[in-house]
Amino acid sequence: MFGIPILSTLIFLPLVGAAFILAIDATDEPGKRSARRVALWTSSVTFLLSLFLWFSFDTSTAEFQFVEKAEWIPTYNINYHLGLDGISVLFVLLTTLLTPICVLASWESIKERVKEYMIAFLVLETMMVGMFSALDMVVFYIFFEGVLIPMFLIIGVWGGPRRVYASYKLFLYTLLGSVLMLLAMLVMYDQAGTTDIPTLMATRFAPDLQTWLWLAFFASFAVKVPMWPVHTWLPDAHVEAPTAGSVILAGVLLKFGGYGFLRFSLPMFPDASVYFTPLIYGLSIMAVIYTSLVALVQSDMKKLIAYSSIAHMGFVTAGTFSLTIQGVEGAIYQMLSHGVVSAALFLIVGVIYDRLHTREISAYGGLVHRMPGYALVFMLFMMASVGLPGTGGFVGELLVLMGLFKANTWVAALVATGVVLGAAYMLYLYRRVVFGALEKEEVKKMLDMNRREWVVFAPLIILTLWMGVYPVPFLDMMHVSVENLLGQVQLALDASNSAVIAGQ
Amino acid sequence: MVELPNIAPALPEIFLALAGMTLLMVGVFHKAETPDGVTYASRLTSGLGVLVLFLALLLVFAVSGGTMIEFENLFISDPFSSFVKVLILIAAAMSLILAQNWMEYQGVHRFEYAVLVIFATLGMLMMVSANNLLSLYMGLELQSLSLYVMAAFYRDDTRSTEAGLKYFVLGALASGFLLYGSSLVYGFSGTTDFNAIAETLKGQEQASFGLVIGLVFVMAGLAFKVSAVPFHMWTPDVYEGAPTPVTAFFAVAPKVAAIALFLRVMVGPFGDLADQWQQIVVLLSILSMGLGAFAAIAQSNIKRMMAYSSIGHVGYALIGLAVGNEAGVTGVLVYMAIYVFMNVGAFACIMAMRRGGRLVEGINELSGLGKTHPALAAALTIFMFSMAGIPPMAGFFGKLYIFLAAIEAELYTLAILGVLASVVSAYYYLRIIKVMYFDEPGIEPLESPLPRSISGVVAVTSLLVLFFFFFPSPLINWAGAAALTLF
Repeated sequence: MFGIPILSTLIFLPLVGAAFILAIDATDEPGKRSARRVALWTSSVTFLLSLFLWFSFDTSTAEFQFVEKAEWIPTYNINYHLGLDGISVLFVLLTTLLTPICVLASWESIKERVKEYMIAFLVLETMMVGMFSALDMVVFYIFFEGVLIPMFLIIGVWGGPRRVYASYKLFLYTLLGSVLMLLAMLVMYDQAGTTDIPTLMATRFAPDLQTWLWLAFFASFAVKVPMWPVHTWLPDAHVEAPTAGSVILAGVLLKFGGYGFLRFSLPMFPDASVYFTPLIYGLSIMAVIYTSLVALVQSDMKKLIAYSSIAHMGFVTAGTFSLTIQGVEGAIYQMLSHGVVSAALFLIVGVIYDRLHTREISAYGGLVHRMPGYALVFMLFMMASVGLPGTGGFVGELLVLMGLFKANTWVAALVATGVVLGAAYMLYLYRRVVFGALEKEEVKKMLDMNRREWVVFAPLIILTLWMGVYPVPFLDMMHVSVENLLGQVQLALDASNSAVIAGQ
Repeated sequence: MVELPNIAPALPEIFLALAGMTLLMVGVFHKAETPDGVTYASRLTSGLGVLVLFLALLLVFAVSGGTMIEFENLFISDPFSSFVKVLILIAAAMSLILAQNWMEYQGVHRFEYAVLVIFATLGMLMMVSANNLLSLYMGLELQSLSLYVMAAFYRDDTRSTEAGLKYFVLGALASGFLLYGSSLVYGFSGTTDFNAIAETLKGQEQASFGLVIGLVFVMAGLAFKVSAVPFHMWTPDVYEGAPTPVTAFFAVAPKVAAIALFLRVMVGPFGDLADQWQQIVVLLSILSMGLGAFAAIAQSNIKRMMAYSSIGHVGYALIGLAVGNEAGVTGVLVYMAIYVFMNVGAFACIMAMRRGGRLVEGINELSGLGKTHPALAAALTIFMFSMAGIPPMAGFFGKLYIFLAAIEAELYTLAILGVLASVVSAYYYLRIIKVMYFDEPGIEPLESPLPRSISGVVAVTSLLVLFFFFFPSPLINWAGAAALTLF
């Protein structure tokens, strides 16, 4: 755009904002206010700039766009290489959208160390945007792993009573997976002599090696997604994190895993991906059914939504490995809509948590009488989470199930039970919190959402309905890239099949 | 007419030796009968000492360039030695800058400290430039004897004197090992010259058994000096007991020198015995990483924790040696360069831990530092994340090159154990951050403002560690060029 490197701008603009906040003396109330304002302005401007991606993205090509390349460590052929394709562009937009919403959602609930909090969020945005736009493995890894630093601090400093445990668990779980991925990346570099992602996508690794590399990447991405049985860090992290931390965690960080599968596992290790598809199916079915049942018995709202996230991400992993156009597009769509919907659900919990300071479901009841506006918003997102037609959640789930039916009917049938279970736990939650008699004294005193909270929800409401009613613009953006991805996978598989036949 | 040797390659060493003796004279002849006089003398020598170290640094740059072997092949100056000498001098200078204020605070400021640092540094430079088992031993002993005295420098403190004595007894044992090994090597190869040993080994089909035994003894001695497991026993006690500036010095300069010496001896004269020593180095490396990771978890004294952390770091550096090729040595050099800055910075933060007129060392004493001293806490956070190897901090790049070398050499088990150990060690590095940010401040915050020397060193090192990722290339290329000369 006007010769400005748009991706680098999006990545480093939040850091500039963070540097400004660093210079603010935020010991008194005006100082805190200016810290909040700088953070809001920076993230809003970043979002507006990122809209340029939406408007000028060329949907007719699978090539990487907005490419930037600069020498970084030439001796080792490592470059600062950025670019977006149809798979990653929407995640960048999701990130830049959710960050100002997070800042706004923390406006009143964060009173301590406001300055550090805002810096942490802006640094987090830098890392997330960088992760999605990196086209070099080392650059990717730095952003992928760097996310842990602000996230660790956000949960640990501003979290709930068991925040230390939760932040450690998040950090160490993720680190353990990531270091194995790092080794796999080094093996790939050793084999191919480059860390350039587009080049590596075109590189064929030996099938035996692919298996090991796939497993190493799986260790990292499965923890991030998170897939059963390495999901246990997520409920803890969600429950303890401040509202905005949960929003970013559910909205963007969980997508790292799904994105990683699409960016690395499928195109670079196609043989291993096919080989391990039953494993993924099995774990996904477990995730969908088991965690849905677990969600049903939760008494803590955030924990319930956390488990529902794991179930939804089960759809994503199953759809991704169905290796059909519908399945993969559905997986991406599901990630996007889940990014919006689960973020909104955590914000919804945040709204009443700010008023009553408890997340126990039993502490509420009958909210509809005092907070009709809140009940309406909650209903919309509850329905979106269930996958009601007309909301974003429906499109994603439908596409995933269509793709899965093509690939494997049994898997599709089992995963589809998740839709039913999802309806059960979400409706049950909604009934207990919103309906019923208004009996509790504290709940009677609660006020409906204020203007700031409406502003927070407005973009998410619009987006959910838009994604549900008219999904074409989103699907158009990813379609060519997904087609190209699956075409490459198919080509690679054909090549190895013919090699096997030739060998016999 | 006797031909005089060309002294140019040894200029930094000669300068340091003369400057050290001059400073000794300055200190001795300075009237230090009053407390003010003692303070003045110590400040003078410490200031001059820093200046001397920087001048030596310039001299290293001045003589660096090609490979020069002088003094009857006893002394070698090549890009490898220049790289390491620069690191040693920077490390020594920074720890000397930090020391003066601490020593005065404790009332143990004496002019001898700067002199000892300079002589120890001289010994290290000699070690790095040794091209013969005898000159190696000479340098090593000059360094070690100065270090023994430094460990016991706080002579009214039982822990410090205990540390000094312990270090001396065990150090002497290790020196004995080294000397015994050297004599075996001499006996079975007929020479102590590195190049000649390499020549002898090249001609042999099968290395003689005695020579291998000698090699093992030499390695045991060197492993002691780098404090690799199982020769690490002295490290936690000495690190904890010695005065903190001395610990800071121990953790960086001698370690870099010993690792460099280890590299030169293994790759140079014994390069053809790589099959023999590689397995030992692999074992040392795995044990060091494992012990460094697990033993540090239980520590409550931050200096002791840093001791185990440094054992772990040596384990990572030894991965590079186990690889034993150019990529491995490059990795070690990058790692050690980054290690110096992280450690000096971290120890500077530790020296700032003062409360109510006394020094504290418990990890819990840091509680709430994020609120009371935001800048110091942020810096220490940077160092801890860097030591844990979390990008984008510099420590990540150190680990990256080490593991890259290991992967290229197909030492997969070693690499996997290495990254797993780094996850375990992340736990205790995070603990420091947790105490600083997640815990509430104690009754009384740590003293402020910080002394200028400490805040200066912390600022410089933390910014370098944080922003290393912007310009990693110069260091990596320089390390690569230095590593190339060993092969």
